[in-house]
Amino acid sequence: TAVRFVNKKCYIRARFVYIYLSFCLTDYFSQGKNDSEDSGLRFATCQLLWKQINSETEKIQEELNKQLFDNLIHFLRQSHSELQTKKTEWMCRMKSSEIPTAALVLGVNVTDHDMTFKSLSEVLQDNVTPYVVSLQAKECPGIKHLLQKLMGQLMDCNVDVDSSEEEECVNISQKKIRCSMASLSKWYESVTKKTDSETPSKKRTSSSRHWQSPPIVVIFKDMESFTTKVLQDFIVISSQHIREFPLVLIFGIATSPMIIHRLLPHSVSSLLCIELFQSLSCKEHLATVIDKLLLTTQFPFKLSEKVLQVLINIFLYHDFSVQNFIKGFQLSIVEHFYSQPLSVLCCQLLEAKKRVNSLSHNQCENIRSLPSFRRYVESQVSEKQIALLTEDSFLKEVTQTLLEDLHIYHENYFTVLRCLHVFTTSLPKYPLGKQIRELHCACLGKSVWETEEYESAIQLLRMLAKDELVAILQKCAEIFISSSGKQFSNTVEKLEEFLARFQNLEGEHFSVGFRSVPSVEELSSSYIPCCSFRSYLAPAEMQTLNEVVYFNTANTLREHLNAAPRIALHTALNNPYCYLKNQTLKSDVGCISNTAPDICIVYKLHLECGRLINLVDWLEAFSTVVTAVEGTDPDAVATDQVDEIIHARFIRAVSELELLGFIKPSKQKTDHVARLTWGGC
Amino acid sequence: MPNFEHPEYPEATLLHLESMVPCRESQVSSLLSIFGEVARSILCIWVDYRCSTKMFVLTNRLKTNLNLPHVFVNCVECFTSRLLLEEILTQLQSLSSEKKHGSHVPCDTFNDFVRLFKQEIITQDLQNQTVYIVLDKAEQLREMEANVLPGFLRLQEMTDRNVTVIFLSEIVWELFRPNTGCLEPFTLYFSDYSIGNLQKILSHYHPPEYSADFYAAYINILLGVFYTVCRDLKELRHLAALNFTKYCEPVVRGEANERDTRRLWKNIESHLKKAMQTVYLREISSSQWERIQKDDGEPGHLKGLSAHAHVELPYYSKFLLIAAYLASYNPARTDKRFFLKHHGKIKKTNFLKKHEKTSNHLLGPKPFPLDRLLAILYSIVDNKVAPTANIFSQITSLVTLQLLTLVGHDDQLDGPKYKCTVSLDFIRAIARFRLKKVYYDTYNTPKIT
Repeated sequence: TAVRFVNKKCYIRARFVYIYLSFCLTDYFSQGKNDSEDSGLRFATCQLLWKQINSETEKIQEELNKQLFDNLIHFLRQSHSELQTKKTEWMCRMKSSEIPTAALVLGVNVTDHDMTFKSLSEVLQDNVTPYVVSLQAKECPGIKHLLQKLMGQLMDCNVDVDSSEEEECVNISQKKIRCSMASLSKWYESVTKKTDSETPSKKRTSSSRHWQSPPIVVIFKDMESFTTKVLQDFIVISSQHIREFPLVLIFGIATSPMIIHRLLPHSVSSLLCIELFQSLSCKEHLATVIDKLLLTTQFPFKLSEKVLQVLINIFLYHDFSVQNFIKGFQLSIVEHFYSQPLSVLCCQLLEAKKRVNSLSHNQCENIRSLPSFRRYVESQVSEKQIALLTEDSFLKEVTQTLLEDLHIYHENYFTVLRCLHVFTTSLPKYPLGKQIRELHCACLGKSVWETEEYESAIQLLRMLAKDELVAILQKCAEIFISSSGKQFSNTVEKLEEFLARFQNLEGEHFSVGFRSVPSVEELSSSYIPCCSFRSYLAPAEMQTLNEVVYFNTANTLREHLNAAPRIALHTALNNPYCYLKNQTLKSDVGCISNTAPDICIVYKLHLECGRLINLVDWLEAFSTVVTAVEGTDPDAVATDQVDEIIHARFIRAVSELELLGFIKPSKQKTDHVARLTWGGC
Repeated sequence: MPNFEHPEYPEATLLHLESMVPCRESQVSSLLSIFGEVARSILCIWVDYRCSTKMFVLTNRLKTNLNLPHVFVNCVECFTSRLLLEEILTQLQSLSSEKKHGSHVPCDTFNDFVRLFKQEIITQDLQNQTVYIVLDKAEQLREMEANVLPGFLRLQEMTDRNVTVIFLSEIVWELFRPNTGCLEPFTLYFSDYSIGNLQKILSHYHPPEYSADFYAAYINILLGVFYTVCRDLKELRHLAALNFTKYCEPVVRGEANERDTRRLWKNIESHLKKAMQTVYLREISSSQWERIQKDDGEPGHLKGLSAHAHVELPYYSKFLLIAAYLASYNPARTDKRFFLKHHGKIKKTNFLKKHEKTSNHLLGPKPFPLDRLLAILYSIVDNKVAPTANIFSQITSLVTLQLLTLVGHDDQLDGPKYKCTVSLDFIRAIARFRLKKVYYDTYNTPKIT
């Protein structure tokens, strides 16, 4: 039972994060902290940042879906216009009862689909037809419900188009209308006629976007969950009316298109005219999101290696859901702004510099206690050390320059990272990872040039053929040119000079082969001075003041996003001190203390039993534990007779345990309950 | 001279009828003889039309051509008895009057229906004629209330009017017969079309641009390829329409004349075979197929639906699915042997029980409890897996994706049981490690090499 509850809980999780973020935030930020730590400002900054990021993610999604949607719209436009033009033709006579169907393969990340369908129906409503209906399997257990839902949604979209007067009559008639296809086709006829006969001024506005008889698009959001019968009936019925109104189906498929054959028999699937559409894979989607949100200086907030790893692991190991990834990212933003007082400086550089000036003394102390700042202080001369630790105004000045350094570090870092990625992707077996996110993680965590993988990558680079090398260098040059940092102009010049030398090489000593090609080490040292290259990719933890913009408490994030409810429950029952923080509950692991809540005692006792638990034995053990200390002499109490109160307590504890799903009543033996978790046997 | 003879109808009508429904002479004439007798009407006719879906067209055409008062209702479309009865009454209203849609008649029970039906017959002045009610897809009636089917069977008795109910169904009457109140209908079977019949019917509707002979030769070739897999007239007609342009190509280009069947056959043969793999299974749409024909491209590059069988799953979902597969097809007894490191020696002779000698694949997947699934999961994943909420939610999402199914009711919270519904090929595609080691059936199947 515990497990099944948990399953339901997981669905609530995303919702929970949302509530967590939206409702309690204001209180949450200012709770228990005085405003010398700028909680109000932090909250505002956090909100602003999230708003920007959110709009950016929406933009990314829109761009990624564009191709797919364009194809779909093209399909929809074609599907019925073809029928209309060829109506009389001999060829088309057979095809006329086929329903045009788009099978939309979206991948297993079901949580992302809602977003896609939402924007899809918006796009369709804008461009193709006002009549878009989306259906979910759980709303349609029978054909009757399906038709009800379908008609309800259709009538509603009609209301949007028509004026308010008609709205009333539609509402009235909707109750009376019987849910049958016949009445639907009647409705369609009346609607299309109405738009035809409308005043030309109004017609022009509507028909500029839609055509004269716009198709009715029915979207089945989760094809897999629909019952066979409902789908079959619906398709059979609507195929008989396809001449009366142009219907188009869209099947949202999560697994593979084979599901159509599994759900529909041949006699039904022969009524469909199926065309396949494939959406972008979720991995590519993630790569774009990471590229646009994380590998950019556009947003001041950054994730540390461990946090990023947690988010990526959840994505790859558990759900493939980009939405959840973004939600996790959002959670880390909130967590960062909440827990780190100095996050007030986590904004655009100019603004941050301004804010430094108005920092309170308390916040200055916070800066001084940052580990990275202490490291920085230690590296300074002693007079400066004293000034930094005592004078707030001096500290603020230094902080401003340090923030600027951090900004420049990021600008350089991302440019150099992309260059390095161009190199490593061309290598066989990808020693530093195929995706840029893997390289990013490697660089964030430790000094990448000290790792073995880097060594092997460099060795492989030495063996590259010349033309490959030239291509890579050209790409690098492009990256440097497009980057905003000015300090690379020197490098670009050198690179171009180098490329020119390569071209000459081709003409002069071609025969010498690539041995004569200068080694990459030499090369890299010439286009990026080696030491500075290293300083560009130095791990973020080494940077002074990195705590301001980097969120690195991966544990909190893991607890929130990848909760282990079974373990939590076990800890709570096995070691109540962990949650209750009551000194009397502190006890050794092995023994069972009688001060613990009854349910804990019962739980611990049941851990020692097998699959079937004898209730009488259990009760006896319970009463022994409870009375052990209370009455110091257990013999004094009548051994056979269990105190009524203890009995009642026991029963209550057992039923609580049943409610939590650890045991259930068993019919195999009288007076026994069955365990539902492992451990005993 | 028409094949049917009937004194009441003019010869021209009968000839027209014959041209509309070829190859059904005997059935049509028996229907005609039934329809003809106004005074004494047969109660019910059970038409078994297993293959030719055009059957309802037949009866429909008979009626309209012969000007008989009739009502035609599709039982799939009217999915409740109420909708069905109301639809019949509404159509009845519009029989004689010219208005297109009769007004809505509320009718909840069969009792009401009988009363209203009688009224309607009088208002329409149909007492002296037989009214026909045709119920298409009559097998749906079994799913409605228990009184609907017997009610229709005894409609004449109850209304005391001349009414004939015709049920059209694809399954035999014996599967319908209700327990009580049943009146045996007159059953009329429509046999499958023979290849000759098919040939005749298909070539009947030839395109106007080409001669009948040319089209008949094409149909001959088409039937030669498809007759072994498909005898459905509708499907064959669809295929004929789709591929005809390709067949005509050499003629249009002037490379062959209409009589050069050999060359035409060579041109179309490979094309039809490809069509069998994709179009027949509806794996690509007919408009896609037409586009290919127009572009004259190889259809090989366009993959059907089944080419996209691979499903990409998250890491742990893969392992969960593999674990579920193993739990479904391995006997629970053998888990110790496969998944425990120190399982001790098990004698091979005792290991296989007799009834387990048959391949587990022939028996299908068996249900397994959640705990067993998790135990197998923990042993096949290399690193440690924490039982996090995400793992459990993945099980649920595998169920919604129909890769696993939940055995028993959805509400059963304690000790849920699952079954794995994917095939061995699917598992092989996602399992990179050697499934053989932990897979029971490999011990069972005799070695071929």
